[in-house]
Amino acid sequence: MTQTRRQFVGNGLAIAAAFFGLPHIANAATLEEAIATFTGGSDAASDGITLIAPEIAENGNTVPIEVDAPGAAAIILFAAGNPNPDVCTVNFGPASGSQMVSTRVRLAGEQEVVAIARMADGSFKQARQNVRVTIGGCGG
Amino acid sequence: MAENVVPRVRVPRDAKAGDSVSVRTLISHPMESGMRRGSDGNLIPRQIINRFTCAFNGATVVDVEIHAGVATNPYFQFDAKVDQSGSFEFTWYDDDGSVYTETAEIAVA
Repeated sequence: MTQTRRQFVGNGLAIAAAFFGLPHIANAATLEEAIATFTGGSDAASDGITLIAPEIAENGNTVPIEVDAPGAAAIILFAAGNPNPDVCTVNFGPASGSQMVSTRVRLAGEQEVVAIARMADGSFKQARQNVRVTIGGCGG
Repeated sequence: MAENVVPRVRVPRDAKAGDSVSVRTLISHPMESGMRRGSDGNLIPRQIINRFTCAFNGATVVDVEIHAGVATNPYFQFDAKVDQSGSFEFTWYDDDGSVYTETAEIAVA
């Protein structure tokens, strides 16, 4: 079978897409599962929670993230595009002053950072923000 | 035990009763994610701090469950409500079973 140059390039792109695309889909599934484990499948409102993350992070090894969710009992952070999307779960105790936390996370590449808060009354709130990363932070 | 693990915390020296004070913590730790390969091509085993807690006079301020997605030298900033003078106790739990602790005093007027 003879291939034109155009077919060859097209096939190459399709193979590359299959190769790089599949892990991404797998990650999306694990993220939804991880979220469902935390929320028990209930819906999360998007008001009353603030996620502060840079739009562009130069270095994915340390990206500052701040989450503020007044009235939250716990906040969970996910990095949707990391090999392991779990980042951390912050449980607030009786001596906490306000329900905010600021930390630094690793991001493997451009991806969505998800913060979900479990409120004291058992409802959930979530915030998402896309972060572009110039240099990935998971050591290849 | 990871080498050169140094906890550092910053709390205000004094505060008014009922105030919410900002607490900043940082611990030097490589947070080896278990995803990296060493120079010999083998995966470097995971060794991270998997839990961090802060308590004020015995009452929990925050209790954080940490996964490999937290950066090297894990840093946390949060607020604590102080009603009386006392001490903050900070505890970090390493994957290898080591526990690192630090305390900080605050005077409440």
